[in-house]
Amino acid sequence: MNQFTLSAVHFAWLPILPLIAMALGAMTVMLVGPQVDDDDSAGLGVIALLTLLIAFVLTLFTFSQNHLAFGGALVADDYAAFFDLLIIIATAVIVAMSLDYVSDEGLAGAEYYALILFSALGMMLMAAADDLIIIFLGLETMSLAIYALAGFMRRDPKSNEGAIKYFILGAFSTGFLLYGIALVYGATGTIKLEPIRAALAAGNASNPLLLLGLGLMLIGFGFKVAAVPFHMWTPDAYQGAPTPVTAFMAVGVKIAAFAGFMRVFMVSLGPVSAEWSGVLWVIAAITMTIGNLTALVQDNIKRMLAYSAIANAGYLMLGMAAAPARAAGGAMLYYLLGYAFTNLGAFAVVIALARRSETRDRISDFRGLARTHPGLAAAMALFMLSLAGVPPLAGFVGKFYLFSAALGAGLVWLVVIAALNSAISVYYYTRVIVEMYAREGGEVTIEPLGARPALLISIVVAVAGTILIGLYPQPYMSSAAAAYASAVRRPAIAATAALR
Amino acid sequence: MGGWYLTGLIFVPTLGAFGVLALSDEVAIWRSAFIYSLIPLVISLHLFAAFDPHQAGYQFVEQYAWIPQFGISYHVGVDGISLFLVILTTLLVSLSLLYSGGGDITKRPREFCFMMLVLETGLLGALLAVDLFLFYVFWEVMLVPMYLMIGIWGHGRKIYATFKFVIFTMLGSLLMLVAILYLAGAARAQTGHLSFDLPDLYGVALTHAQACWLFAGFAIAFAIKVPMWPVHTWLPDAHTEAPTAGSVMLAGVMLKMGTYGFVRFAIPLFPEIAIQATPIFMTLAVIGIIYGALVAMVQPNLKRLVAYSSVSHLGFVMLGIFALNTQGLDGAIYQMLNHGVSTGALFLLVGMLYVRRHTFEIAEYGGLAKIMPMYAAFFMIVMLSSIGLPGLNGFVGEFLILLGTFLHAPIFAWFAVAGIVLGALYMMWAYERVMWGPVTKAVNQTLKDLSRREIAVMVPLVALMILMGLFPRPLLSRMEPSVNALLVRVQAAQARLDAAHAHHDAARHAGHARALAALGASLPPMADQ
Repeated sequence: MNQFTLSAVHFAWLPILPLIAMALGAMTVMLVGPQVDDDDSAGLGVIALLTLLIAFVLTLFTFSQNHLAFGGALVADDYAAFFDLLIIIATAVIVAMSLDYVSDEGLAGAEYYALILFSALGMMLMAAADDLIIIFLGLETMSLAIYALAGFMRRDPKSNEGAIKYFILGAFSTGFLLYGIALVYGATGTIKLEPIRAALAAGNASNPLLLLGLGLMLIGFGFKVAAVPFHMWTPDAYQGAPTPVTAFMAVGVKIAAFAGFMRVFMVSLGPVSAEWSGVLWVIAAITMTIGNLTALVQDNIKRMLAYSAIANAGYLMLGMAAAPARAAGGAMLYYLLGYAFTNLGAFAVVIALARRSETRDRISDFRGLARTHPGLAAAMALFMLSLAGVPPLAGFVGKFYLFSAALGAGLVWLVVIAALNSAISVYYYTRVIVEMYAREGGEVTIEPLGARPALLISIVVAVAGTILIGLYPQPYMSSAAAAYASAVRRPAIAATAALR
Repeated sequence: MGGWYLTGLIFVPTLGAFGVLALSDEVAIWRSAFIYSLIPLVISLHLFAAFDPHQAGYQFVEQYAWIPQFGISYHVGVDGISLFLVILTTLLVSLSLLYSGGGDITKRPREFCFMMLVLETGLLGALLAVDLFLFYVFWEVMLVPMYLMIGIWGHGRKIYATFKFVIFTMLGSLLMLVAILYLAGAARAQTGHLSFDLPDLYGVALTHAQACWLFAGFAIAFAIKVPMWPVHTWLPDAHTEAPTAGSVMLAGVMLKMGTYGFVRFAIPLFPEIAIQATPIFMTLAVIGIIYGALVAMVQPNLKRLVAYSSVSHLGFVMLGIFALNTQGLDGAIYQMLNHGVSTGALFLLVGMLYVRRHTFEIAEYGGLAKIMPMYAAFFMIVMLSSIGLPGLNGFVGEFLILLGTFLHAPIFAWFAVAGIVLGALYMMWAYERVMWGPVTKAVNQTLKDLSRREIAVMVPLVALMILMGLFPRPLLSRMEPSVNALLVRVQAAQARLDAAHAHHDAARHAGHARALAALGASLPPMADQ
């Protein structure tokens, strides 16, 4: 008994080690920053990459641990580890595609990379939190850094507009979330996720206080994942932000928000899923429909990808609406994995197209890309096809897994709506391909990628991920399913905690 | 019987596609792409020779686990239904590449060959897949190179045609995906394990409503691909704007994916519903036959005319399929091959005119038989094959289909015969306007007759038309066991339906009898009863 306690205390530090590494790395960047010119900030990016590498290795040790730390504030399970790894990889790819961008645009490198790392820290905190307050803490750490990053191009009115919109609406929505947390606390008497689940499983379901809190939390998370009708900020913030930050918002923020959303709703609030899965059914249906229909008429690639991100949130919530089904969680994790690589790649190509002080972000700017840069065009076509759900790419297998899980839960009509939506989405994804390959005219010349090796590497990584995750999905599906299962398999851990 | 034949068949073109990408010399590109396409052709001919004509099941089967969580495997095999479509595909790809290298495609030849070979992988994979997931993957894979082919090398309103093609097809395929997933889920509910393997899914017990919806999910996807009236509208645009080789592949093989889908998946998976839906499909098929023929007749554009003739001809195939008897199905499969050969040849011939004059307008031509006698001769044979002249291939298929339809429901056969007459009419009329009469345009005076390469492309097709017209036996005998196996399933379903019906009737009669008895008891006996 005594020895067990000792070892538990000893390991209690493990879940937080990657977070500490991230924080230290971010501070190092800030300390070194003032010695570095803004035109030559790539070195700071390399520090950020090293930090992420260390955090990556430390996270690997947290696999198959399954225990609580800090009195139940954090949990080290495969779910957290899966999300942490995904967030770290996505952040690393984003840092890599920022290296040349940040110095070319003359952005303040120290602040930029530090904010990225702090934001990623908040994301990881959200994934590992086992306590509503810690989730809120992670969400705010992530969001505050992202608000600043969205407005990072101080002299660009669009960037300002997007950031202000994002900030005001975001602050408002976190208010909702916090209020919801307070009400859930009032209803269940605890802010810890597992005791909430236990309390709800024991009955206590139709408490109006709980339902109100649940609704408010739904709004808070709905805002962060850009679900309709809380999506209004998305296109402006995406368009105005520096492109790597847009990618970060589309991938990192979405992954982290879903990490928290899923853990709170599907695991903790799982026993009362009957109260909220109907609402999610409706939100999923309108989110994917509005996202796809609006994406049809966009001329700006970043806005198009913003609406595409909204639509993807809709597909993901299809998995949440199927909540009691165990397969849905694994499907969502796998979907997020494929989504991350595909979207990172698409944004990397958008960055590759931009020239100093001239953003090429209209869809028509892609015209003729296949003639001048066939490799880049082929990569972009691959990402668009994956987003459109063409096999055997990651996006398709993700949809396949998700649809299959939702059908297993009996959501036939929602799946039909999702399938029709996917067919609609083919139009605007194909449009990019048609611009690149089929339309006449348009000579795009860009700075050769050979001169920007980090960007080239991030595109190659994204291509490899998009193909591999789709073509050989088995290991990723297994680990996604195992990760979700570890989050659901909570009673065992709770028992350990009680023992302690 | 195993080996790697089918895997080689499917993936040699993929290898070739990437091999071609590495080349830069134009002649080398065309030559190596052609050689890469000959390898699958040789393999498919070997399959024909080694195929056991007495066996109904899949041959040359290969199966490896792919995504075990979902019971998905790489499972391929060939049977009497797919064998000839495979050969047709490999042949048409080779001929299209041979033809396109001769000046039809001048822009970006490397990408063109890449697309063509990837397309071949998609087509062959879809024909050989026995696993529904694998089938879906290939079904979608073939879409991408096709729309890029239309988009890049097409003409006229190619962008519009591309989008229309993609949206129509994707709409259908995504609904099919939902149906596939639902079906596999239903199978798991019964057997306890998930599987997408076609034979595993045959035995799934479904309620009538479930089967109806699932059949609809498959049937819509396939009907769009066929295309059946009224979802045919993407076809004339796609065919007309596509480059010649694209039209050949579209008409020659891709449309067959729709009819093949009915024969391979929709009907054997849901035979009861297929039987009950027969009147709907036969009506639509007949409308397609007559509508396609009538619209073809008024086309001023030669390529569009051929495109609409496809709507009409595919209507025949659908009619034969839904006759659901040996003659009809044999005829339908035979007619799929015929249509591939004849319409493929027609599109090639139209393309040969286009490279010379850059127009498809019939009015721009006239009297070509005097200037290009060899061209006119080939066109004549192909046209006669297309309208079903006895002795050529088209006749065998149409005859069998009409026979099957007549046995099933004579009324549809009468309408179909009207379609044949109309078909002969528009084809011969077009031929007359293009080939005969005086040479109306001075530019046409200097047109060159067929080149050696063009002759080399046409000769195998014309030879096939004659061979398939005179000796249908080697083909039909290989199809028959597989077709009969399918019909056994259909007849079993028919028996179940009859039994259910009889039961229902009996119940109703019993009910009537009881009511009458009650009535009789309540009434005073009548004198004159």
